[in-house]
Amino acid sequence: MSLQDLIVLTPILNLGIFCLVTMLAIAFRRNHARIAAFAFVACLLTLATLPWVASATPRAVTALLIVDRYALLYMGIVLCTTMMVIGLSYHYLHIQFRERDGIEEYYLLLLLATFGGLVLTVSVHFVSFFLGLELLGLSLCSLIGYVRTRRHPMEAAVKYLLLSISASAILLFGMALLYFESGSMTFRGVGMVVKQVQAVPGLWLGGVVLVFIGIALKLGLAPFHMWIPDVYQGAPAPITAYIATVSKGALVALLLRFVTDIGALELPSLVHLFSLLAVVSMVVGNVLALFQQNVKRLLAYSSIAHLGYLLVALLAGGPTAAEAVTFYVIVYCAMTLGSFGVVTAYSREAGDAEQFEDYRGLFWTRPWLAAMLALSLLSLAGIPVTAGFIGKFYAIAAGVDAGLWWLVLALIGNSVVSLYYYLRLVVTLFGDKPASATTPQGLAIESPQTSGWMAICSLGLVASIILIIGIYPEPLMELIRTSVSNLLMVAQQKP
Amino acid sequence: MPMTLWLLILIPMLAAPLSWMGQQWSRHAARWIALGALSLDFLLALVLWSQGPPGSASGHGSWLVESQTSWIPRWGISLHLGLDGLSLVLILLTAFLGIIAIIASWTDIQNRVGFFHCNVLLALGGVIGVFLAIDLILFFFFWEFMLVPIYLLIAVWGHANRRYASFKFFLFTQAGSLLLLVAMITMAFLHQQATGRPSFDYADLMGLTLTREMAWWLALAFFIAFVVKLPAPPFHTWLPDTYTEAPTGVSIILAGLLAKTGAYGLLRYTVPMFPEIMSEFAPFAMGLGAAGILYGAVLACSQTDLKRLIAYSSLSHMGFILLGAFAMTELALQGVVMQLVAHGLSTGGLFLLAGALYERFQTRDMRQMGGLWKVIPRVASMALFFACASLGLPGLANFIGEFLVLFGSYSVQPIITILASIGMVMAAIYSLGMMQRTFFGQLRETRSIPDLSNVAFGTLLLMAVLQVWLGLYPRPVLATTKPVVDALIQSASLPAQASHSVPVMPSTLFTSQANTP
Repeated sequence: MSLQDLIVLTPILNLGIFCLVTMLAIAFRRNHARIAAFAFVACLLTLATLPWVASATPRAVTALLIVDRYALLYMGIVLCTTMMVIGLSYHYLHIQFRERDGIEEYYLLLLLATFGGLVLTVSVHFVSFFLGLELLGLSLCSLIGYVRTRRHPMEAAVKYLLLSISASAILLFGMALLYFESGSMTFRGVGMVVKQVQAVPGLWLGGVVLVFIGIALKLGLAPFHMWIPDVYQGAPAPITAYIATVSKGALVALLLRFVTDIGALELPSLVHLFSLLAVVSMVVGNVLALFQQNVKRLLAYSSIAHLGYLLVALLAGGPTAAEAVTFYVIVYCAMTLGSFGVVTAYSREAGDAEQFEDYRGLFWTRPWLAAMLALSLLSLAGIPVTAGFIGKFYAIAAGVDAGLWWLVLALIGNSVVSLYYYLRLVVTLFGDKPASATTPQGLAIESPQTSGWMAICSLGLVASIILIIGIYPEPLMELIRTSVSNLLMVAQQKP
Repeated sequence: MPMTLWLLILIPMLAAPLSWMGQQWSRHAARWIALGALSLDFLLALVLWSQGPPGSASGHGSWLVESQTSWIPRWGISLHLGLDGLSLVLILLTAFLGIIAIIASWTDIQNRVGFFHCNVLLALGGVIGVFLAIDLILFFFFWEFMLVPIYLLIAVWGHANRRYASFKFFLFTQAGSLLLLVAMITMAFLHQQATGRPSFDYADLMGLTLTREMAWWLALAFFIAFVVKLPAPPFHTWLPDTYTEAPTGVSIILAGLLAKTGAYGLLRYTVPMFPEIMSEFAPFAMGLGAAGILYGAVLACSQTDLKRLIAYSSLSHMGFILLGAFAMTELALQGVVMQLVAHGLSTGGLFLLAGALYERFQTRDMRQMGGLWKVIPRVASMALFFACASLGLPGLANFIGEFLVLFGSYSVQPIITILASIGMVMAAIYSLGMMQRTFFGQLRETRSIPDLSNVAFGTLLLMAVLQVWLGLYPRPVLATTKPVVDALIQSASLPAQASHSVPVMPSTLFTSQANTP
């Protein structure tokens, strides 16, 4: 391992060191504000190393990792999102833990999960893939159950743990099959087998399908989505935002690299399978979302549908697809953070604000918070002037470019369906206040309460990102284009 | 000069947050700000009208005023605005009806006044943007942008069934819009295949060579998206609910302006972009138009709800636009333009009156009214005037529009046109029926009811004067839009050249000048 290798690994090493230092700092002295600031700075410093590292890329570090601009871009997404989540969490935890006991490890776990996410973005090998995934998954498991005083988080944590274990088991089995067939654990090595032989070996195909199912389980693509609504509902709101954005974003980065490297889209059978998953995800997500009375569950089902849209873009293959997927991930992260951020900011000690009734007439009492939620929802629905429109534009463009007419039509049909439930929530925001001052949960609606300046700042930032991308997306498009071309260039090189 | 186009859009949009904030000072501040912004817009449009020689503003390739700035070069999207006679007339109509809508809401809207006017201004800014944009994505931006404020206007200030109506409105139009988006993106990619770079520019895509099959699908998407907004059967079911449940001012905007954006889309995009397909498609589209005329008229006859009656009559009037747009004769197209303006004025007036009646009686049910002529003569007399306008009384603007459409369509599709003209007879039945049930007959009300205020009466008088003026002297509108109409006919009659990526030069457009009426 040369110095150059260490340089390109700076972001990951930096965050790793900060994890250790954070742990020591907590052992030394507990102080919520200080540790939160520390975690924030850790992410910020790591983010600052990215442009510096970019000049030394692309570079493969051992057989396990490759650091290229593509990975760095996704690292940036993961780190920015984590910072937002930290910003949202501070006040939330402040309310949840009146006793101020044992809040600090939350940030350590968050950093560790992010560390796992960073590893996923640079993985080109099953070992690093698995390590990153487990690190992310286990940290998340503890984070989901972190609010110990409530019942739902514990239940959700157990569910997530079970899901994680089964996903890992399926993944490992798939990896074993692929290793058996190809004798290699690197993505490219696995892909070489198919390029050399005429007929694709059945076990190889089975292995790829199993690995893909493992990823689909984690991403929550239908029909592997059963855990999503329960965990989204049960987890503390900022952690829900984290699961929906960072863990999925990092995994999509890996999925895109995996699919590109093994050349999965050249096999019609796999393309059919992916298309099926995409359509089922869109339909299941949107149709089930129609019946939800709980905001977190609604957003959970909508996230299933959005992963379906993303898969449509991914299926298109080629440079446009990689661009579209990356763009969609960024947009999706922003709008998901926005919507769950509002849920976080509006939550109280008794529980998260998750019933529709909690939001009735919010616009007339707390206009900015409601406007933020409306903006995020309209963005999720893909209305112009928001980032969501450009994301959907990209997904449709990728689909049209590849001639996937049926998938594009399915995407459109589903967008229209999805509009219904987003609007249902939007219209609730603008509805008249209920006569009684309390909701079924007993949350006082009348008393306007603050959300903490950190959360407000984060939400403001997310809102401006949504609007800026929606109105002037060109700089981001250029950034993505240069970064993604890197992925494809590397993919085309002979190993 | 090009900045004036942006000013037209930005004045209402920037005034929108201002009028929201104005609520803090006084309830009327929001209204005055909105009124001021729209008046400014109207004046600006008038200045443009007086300045530009309308003869050169033919739309296709030559614009009265044009403004282009790069926006998303990655996809060949630019901030491209262009003004021609058709858009100018429609912008004048937008600003005018916007002012009317605000006056109509003066007494109607009493809560959340600032936010109401903020939304009205945003929606009108979007409508003006639709009339000006000549980059397809920019067009789509405005097209969708106006939906959200309109949706909120219905959902927050509408009548009892507002939620259902606002959802239906949004979902229907969104479904059409997304089809349109796919078609636009497909065209941009076809342009990329042909020339190596994607483009969403109107002029670029006009000259695109398409295979027959592809052109059919694209034309269908472009047709459906605009017809949903127009609307014509079978895409019209959102119309009665939405028009009825919306507050008065918003009904005026919906019927007077949003429907026009659909018509504008047909004239600006669907017809000239796919001339060959459209000539094959014309009988079907004209049939749809005639069906809309008759269906709307029949349903209007059987309504008891005053606003629903006006809504169905509006559907009937929009059928004439579809009929004329696809007849592709000069007379028919001139009739379409005239109808766009006239219908905006007549339906606007009727909705205003329906709103006035609702304010006084808290009902829209005509069975509970009757004999009101004695009680509120101003309302009754104005209603009689606009009912006559709506039924196409000669001498008023609607008559010019419908007559020209029928006259121009007869040579192309005589049977459909004859069927459509039955609609004019039925218009007389439902319009006079409305008058009979509401203002004549047995008086049921014994309370004393205030008549129209001077402002509302004056507004309606102004609209009536415009109706008479355009009915007797339609030349200003027809002359302004003549170059556009000529260019449209040119593009339809020369499908072979048009599809070979030859930019149609402005000079060739004026070689076949027909005489103006």
